[in-house]
Amino acid sequence: MPHHVVEMPISAEQARQLRIGETVTLEKTLYGIRDATLIHMFDRGRRTRFDLNGHAVIHTAPNVHRVEKSDKAPAGYEPFCIGTTTSQRMERFTKPLMQREGVRIIIGKGGMGQGTLDVFAELGGAYLAIVGGAAALETTWIERIEDVDMDDLHPESLWRFRIRNFGPLLVGMDSHGGSMFADVRADVAARRSAVLEKLGIAE
Amino acid sequence: MQLDTKEVEEVCKDLYVRALKILPPDIKAGFARLQQAETHKIGQTILGTMVENIAVAERTNNILCQDTGIPIYNVTVGRDVSFEGADMTRAIRRGCERATREHSLRSSVVHPITRVNEQTSCGIRVPIIHYGFDDREETIEIEMIPKGSGSENGSFLQMLIPADGIKAVKRFVIDRVIELGGRVCPPTIVGVGIGGTSDLCMHLAKIAATRPLRTKCSDPDGAKIEAELSEAVNELGVGAQGLGGRSTSFAVHVEIAATHITQNPVAVNIQCHSARRARATITPGGIHFG
Repeated sequence: MPHHVVEMPISAEQARQLRIGETVTLEKTLYGIRDATLIHMFDRGRRTRFDLNGHAVIHTAPNVHRVEKSDKAPAGYEPFCIGTTTSQRMERFTKPLMQREGVRIIIGKGGMGQGTLDVFAELGGAYLAIVGGAAALETTWIERIEDVDMDDLHPESLWRFRIRNFGPLLVGMDSHGGSMFADVRADVAARRSAVLEKLGIAE
Repeated sequence: MQLDTKEVEEVCKDLYVRALKILPPDIKAGFARLQQAETHKIGQTILGTMVENIAVAERTNNILCQDTGIPIYNVTVGRDVSFEGADMTRAIRRGCERATREHSLRSSVVHPITRVNEQTSCGIRVPIIHYGFDDREETIEIEMIPKGSGSENGSFLQMLIPADGIKAVKRFVIDRVIELGGRVCPPTIVGVGIGGTSDLCMHLAKIAATRPLRTKCSDPDGAKIEAELSEAVNELGVGAQGLGGRSTSFAVHVEIAATHITQNPVAVNIQCHSARRARATITPGGIHFG
């Protein structure tokens, strides 16, 4: 399976080149986003001053240290522990994130649904699966916090991270209707009756 | 033994940070068992990453997961221990707040209606504090659980009826594990409550989900069900992170309580692979962590 090293931002065409089962390492820029950020952006009409066009967002709310502003901490924050939250809660925001803001890649854990898969096919995007709970490791892939917007929602602010060797991540959903999560779900559904039978509780 | 609540405050502060940083040995051993049994390639890679993360957290003195959770303190009071209950509750809360502030932990706790975050990991009725009692002489034990929420959102209660039987209880567990897939950060501990009232049943599921691996339900019929279901969930193919393989769960744990003649309640509460908890025992000899 090919491994892609991708410097952000990317085009729709580049996003379409990513196929499920392949691996990706991201470079340069990554945005952190989650429930409250998305609710404020799309349900309450707030706009960010960041240009997310072509970029990747990760479902996160980090642990940070508040420090004096410096070259190493231009936003006055140093990363402490940055990990990934469950993506499915953010399902209904995939379309506006891609349509209005131009986001191309979503990084998260647990996968997303058919709605997200349809938007990827329509607009060109991909979902990269990261290992949830492996936050101490993930933090070593983040060089610094470059900027932060909507920080009144802290820790659910909109974060801009400078990243290096961010990965490998697994392409879990692609622009061609492929979803490893849906494939596993179908496989699990097919095994269910045998498992119930073995337990002596077949329907 | 007269308990010094100032000491309790310090212990509760330290316990929160310890729980976030040090994974209990039974969970590490659980990872080793899953790694041995896993044949799915992606599953193996994911388990490897999780084990690497444990090492990175220890090496860099970092917390394991960014989710600082909902703080839970379980206090077990032995014989001949005296303290002012209200002071004790305040001390636990202050310890929790200080851990958050002094260690710059992410406060993951908000008001349920306004969604305002006080940045203290505390709020109305949080931290959650449970008091229990046992027969140990001059001993008080405090267990701290930062309950991660990817898995906490995998919680269910069903008031089944007697005619549904225990079959429906088992089927309910299997179907919830299938429904949750990778959302709850598998490999998990599936906590199952059987019996009680609705609130007790849910609490039993939480006790089960946060019980150490390789411990058994004290009721033989409950223990039989947890053994059966432990094997069954790993045959479903959900796998680590919901990406396939055998490593859906470390185990299914069952806790039971007597119930009403008209009831057959079942509850599910999930613990994620970052199954964190820390314990301190206070005796006249001092404080012992672990």
